[in-house]
Amino acid sequence: MTGAQRTDRHHNQPPLDVNRIRQDFPILSRLVHGKKLVFLDSGASAQKPRAVIDAIKNCYENEYANIHRGVYYLSQVATEAFEEARRKVQRFLNAAESREIIFVRGGTEAINLVAQTYGRKFIKDGDEVVISAMEHHANIVPWQMLREQTGLVLKVVPINDDGEFMLEEYEKLLSPRTKLVAVTHVSNALGTITPVREIIRLAHAKGALVLLDGCQAVPHTPIDVQELDCDFYAFSAHKLYGPSGIGILYGKAQILEAMPPYQGGGDMIVSVTFEHTEYNGIPHKFEAGTPHISGAVGLGAAIDYVTAIGLDRIAAHEDRVLHYATERVKEIKGLRLIGTAKEKAGILSFTLPNVHPHDIGTILDKQGIAVRVGHHCAQPVMDRFDVPATARASLAVYNTNEEIDALIAGLHKVREIFG
Amino acid sequence: MDDLRELYQEVILDHSKRPRNFRRPPTSNRQAKGHNPLCGDRLTLYLQVEDGRVADVAFEGSGCAISVASASLMTEMVKGKTIGEAETMFHYFHELLTGKSAPSAAPGPEFEKLSVLAGVRDYPVRVKCATLPWHTLTAALDAKPRDEIRTE
Repeated sequence: MTGAQRTDRHHNQPPLDVNRIRQDFPILSRLVHGKKLVFLDSGASAQKPRAVIDAIKNCYENEYANIHRGVYYLSQVATEAFEEARRKVQRFLNAAESREIIFVRGGTEAINLVAQTYGRKFIKDGDEVVISAMEHHANIVPWQMLREQTGLVLKVVPINDDGEFMLEEYEKLLSPRTKLVAVTHVSNALGTITPVREIIRLAHAKGALVLLDGCQAVPHTPIDVQELDCDFYAFSAHKLYGPSGIGILYGKAQILEAMPPYQGGGDMIVSVTFEHTEYNGIPHKFEAGTPHISGAVGLGAAIDYVTAIGLDRIAAHEDRVLHYATERVKEIKGLRLIGTAKEKAGILSFTLPNVHPHDIGTILDKQGIAVRVGHHCAQPVMDRFDVPATARASLAVYNTNEEIDALIAGLHKVREIFG
Repeated sequence: MDDLRELYQEVILDHSKRPRNFRRPPTSNRQAKGHNPLCGDRLTLYLQVEDGRVADVAFEGSGCAISVASASLMTEMVKGKTIGEAETMFHYFHELLTGKSAPSAAPGPEFEKLSVLAGVRDYPVRVKCATLPWHTLTAALDAKPRDEIRTE
């Protein structure tokens, strides 16, 4: 989605009843260090609504057995629940077919799967893979590992001082040898929304495929993979209010079909003899072994949850809180925002002069405020802005302006201690 | 706030803002690098060891207040000490921060400086910040120095 469209669409969204939404999340009522919890680290992992917790509980209490195996009732029920979750993901991403949805452990595994199957088969010595300077390590290291195996050339699109993807530079990096462009949809360290439509259009014009790392995007924006025309889309359930340990790789059917399997084992085969094994079709070809059954059910419940509220409304709410936070932090003397792109989603990364982010994190924690401090698994981004680390407040559907007020009060305390 | 003042005592803030022995000496015969990837603390420690004594010690790097203050205090304490004495200090310090119960009394007056860091024991994720310089010191004193010490 381009930013302008995003902002316009959000203008008309009615406000959320956040207080009611907060009641859906049991953990938000607990105290931390005797203080009301202010959870501003959903970019690392979001908290879970009761609906997700109950769905997982129900799976184990009423509908659990191994899937795709038993002829008995419970196995059929569990299989149906698992496959229904796949269809929910399909509708959520607007994929053409449910067999384009592959269950994996998370965004990291999704990217590794593409690197080790598509990459090892189709990317040759001297071919090029393009990533950006704001990638999470999970979208850097798999390509470096593939480089060791194939001799590919890894090219990195620079970002400007606001942390924006530099489209002109990207266009210059594309060449007839570009096989794959793998970029983030929303930067986890900066909050930047990347111009994915343009990225995809330009890549396709050169005959390259595009993988989008959507881990940070899916909780904040509706995704339509057919409209985007991306070739792969990867995300984790746990940032979308679902359980950890499960995620999704979407791929266009004809591309997935041409790819070799990822891991060998049960469920990914049609027949096995010691002489020859015939592989199953997609998606099962990529799902060896017993999967995270309750995780898939939990992800399905999470999708139902955000869909019922409406991702446009969630995004509009988060934009309002982010805007409020961006204005309020200006009163903190010397605070430097890292990541000031025009189009951002849900992330406020910053540093304070003469205070290490780790100290900021400890002082805020004592007041019940959870922020992430460190390099956010994006060390090249830290190098780009010449900081060892940042403090990062990241937003979700349940965050409020009052929590931003608490953050600001906490930052004043940091200044008070450090002078 | 009182808890936080226990952690961020004036002495610690002072050492973190104006670290002592913060320089790269012209000569040193032992060196080691320390790195805490979790928070990005990095330091390089330079030692001049003569006749089994730490004749000079200095450091460079960047890190949180706890790690910089700990490094600064450490350099003040071990300068002029024998290798054995430095190791004893490290063991006491380690016990102070990670032992089941804090040591009741410092083994000697020169150890007392370390007590300003005792509050760190209530912040388990920060203990590694405080011990990183000492682990780096151990590496530097090691007969076969390792290139980089990690506490994560």
